[in-house]
Amino acid sequence: QLFRILLGELSDTQPKILHNDLHAKHSDDNGENHLEGQMNFNADTSKNKDENTEVTELLYQKVKILCFFIIGSQNLEKMGKHVKAIWVQSCTKVLFMSSKENKDSPTVELKTKEGRDQLYWKTIKAFHYLHHHYLEDADYFMKVDNNIYAVVDNLRWLFSKYDPKEPICFGRGFKPYVKQGYMSGGAGYVLSKEALKRFVDAFKTDKCTYSSSMEDLALGRCMEIMNVEAGDSRDTIGKETFHPFVPECHLVKGLPTTFWYWNYNYYPPVRYQPALSENILKEISQVNKNEDPKVKLGNP
Amino acid sequence: MLSESNSFLKGVMLGSIFCALITMLGHVRIGHGNRMHHHEHHHLQAPNKEDILKISENERMELSKSFRVYCIILVKPKDVSLWAAVKETWTKHCDKAEFFSSENVKVFESINMETDDMWLMMRKAYKYAFDKYRDQYNWFFLARPTTFAIIENLKYFLLKKDPSQPFYLGHTIKSGDLEYVGVEGGIVLSVESMKRLNSLLNIPEKCPEQGGMIWKIPEDKQLAVCLKYAGVFAENAEDADGKDIFNAKSVGLFIKEAMTNHPNQVVEGCCSDMAVTFNGLTPNQMHVMMYGVYRLRAFGHVFNDALVFLPPNGSDND
Repeated sequence: QLFRILLGELSDTQPKILHNDLHAKHSDDNGENHLEGQMNFNADTSKNKDENTEVTELLYQKVKILCFFIIGSQNLEKMGKHVKAIWVQSCTKVLFMSSKENKDSPTVELKTKEGRDQLYWKTIKAFHYLHHHYLEDADYFMKVDNNIYAVVDNLRWLFSKYDPKEPICFGRGFKPYVKQGYMSGGAGYVLSKEALKRFVDAFKTDKCTYSSSMEDLALGRCMEIMNVEAGDSRDTIGKETFHPFVPECHLVKGLPTTFWYWNYNYYPPVRYQPALSENILKEISQVNKNEDPKVKLGNP
Repeated sequence: MLSESNSFLKGVMLGSIFCALITMLGHVRIGHGNRMHHHEHHHLQAPNKEDILKISENERMELSKSFRVYCIILVKPKDVSLWAAVKETWTKHCDKAEFFSSENVKVFESINMETDDMWLMMRKAYKYAFDKYRDQYNWFFLARPTTFAIIENLKYFLLKKDPSQPFYLGHTIKSGDLEYVGVEGGIVLSVESMKRLNSLLNIPEKCPEQGGMIWKIPEDKQLAVCLKYAGVFAENAEDADGKDIFNAKSVGLFIKEAMTNHPNQVVEGCCSDMAVTFNGLTPNQMHVMMYGVYRLRAFGHVFNDALVFLPPNGSDND
C-alpha cells in the first residue's frame, strides 16, 4: 500500500496501455480488420476485466455475420476510419465497397459511376460480389452505411433462432408500396444466405429491375418477388430494434405527428417513451462520429 | 547471588533497549504514515473489487443500503429545459433530490432561494439541506443542471469512506494555493463536512457572503475557502487507473480531444468506465445517456458487479 502511494507520487498518472484484445484471435483471418497507423478506438468491451464472455464467444461462433459498406468515394477517407475502428470489429467479416478503388484502405471496387442515383446499381453489384466471393463465409449479410452504429451481439441474438438457409431479410419495416413491407435503407438491413442467393438469381432470370432511384424500395420489391420473407426484428416486448434516426429522435418527444415516419412504419410504433428496445440493433447517427463511442461508453 | 543480579540487570538492559527501539520504529512508521496520508488526501481512489468481495454477501447488502445520497441541484429559470431533463433522468436515482431555484417557477416545484447570486444560493441550499436532513442522509451531492450523474457509481466510489470524516470530493482544480472542487463536475460532501461548513456559515470573517473585493469569486472557490477554515480539504476522485471520475466535460468533447491528442488510444485515453459525472450535456443528450447507461444491453455480455445499488421505488426511466 505504501509503495503504491510512493510510486504514485513519482510516476505520472497516465492511462494504462491496452491489454490484449480478446477478439484478436477472431480477426486474425480478417486482413481488413487489422488497422495499423489508423485511429484506434479499440472500444471492445472484452477489455472489461469483470466480464464473463462465454455467451458472446458461443454466439460469435454460431452466427456468422458479414458487414459491408457502400461508401461514396469522397467519404471513404473521412468516415471510413472511424467506423472501422469501432463496432465493426464485432462482425465476423467486414468489407468496404466503393465505386472506385481506394489506395489508402482496402476497398472493393464496384466499377460503377459515382452518385446517389447509382446506389441501387452499386447494391446489386455489391451483392453479386459477395455471392461470388463470400457466400460460404457468412450466414447473414448486412448492408450498412457510414453513419450507422450497430450492436452486433444483439444481431446475433436475433438471428440465433433462424436458419440462414431460409429466405429471410431483416431491418426496419416500412409498409408503403410493398405488401409485405420493405426494409428502410437508413436503418441498415440484412439478408440471409438464401435471400442473397435468390437476389442474385433474380437478375439471371430478369425478375427484378436493374435501376431505381430508391434503393431500399427496389430491393424490398425484389425480395417479395423472389419469395424472401420480410422478417420481424422487434424484440420480445414488440419494440423496434432497427432505427433509422439518431437515438435522440427516437427517445425524446419531438417528431411531429404529421411526420411521414409515423405512417411508414410497418408495425405500430411505440410512441415516445421509452421507444427504444433494450436490445437495439442499429441506429443511425447523423455524420457525428463522436456519437458512436458515446453509446459504447454508455454501457457499464 | 551476584550472577543472578547480573543476569537480571542484563535482562533489564536488553529489555529497555528493545523497548526504546520499538518505540522509535513505531514513531518513524507513524510519522511516515502521516506524510503519506497527507499526500493521499489529495487523490482519493475508488475501492478495489477484491476488497469488496472479501466482505460477506449479507454485509454487502447492508453496506449498499447504508448509503443515502441527497442531491442538491441549483437552478435558475433560464435552465428550465435542462431542469426538465435532469428531473426526468438521473436525479431519480438519488435517494432524494431537490431543486433549489433562484426564484419560483410555475412549471416545476423548487425551493426558493430568493437570490440569483450563485454563492448565496449555494450557502442557503447547504444550510437548508443540513438543517433538515442531517440525520437522514450521509452524503450530499451538489450539481448544476448541465451535469449528468450516475449515482450508483458515486455510491460505489464512496463505499469504504466514512461519512463521519470530512470528505469534500469531485474534480479538483488548483488556483494558486487553493485546491477546490469545480462545480461543473459536481461536489460531494460527507455529513461531517456539512456539519463543519454549517458551523462557519454564520462567521463572516471565515465564510463571507461577499467574497471578492474587486471582482466576484466563483462560488465553488468560495466554498473551498470556507471549508478550508473548517479543516476540510478538496480531494480529486479517481478510479483504480488514476482517471478522473468526476468530469467537467461531456463525453463528446472528451472523444473529440482524444481523437486529436492521442488517436491511437481514443477510448482508453478518454474517460473512466466508472465515471460519476459528465457536464455540458443538452437535454436530449441526457435522455440518450440514460438509455445508454441503464437500458441498452449488448446481449451476452455479463458483468459481475460485486454490489448492487437499487434505485429508489418509483424511479422509472431506468
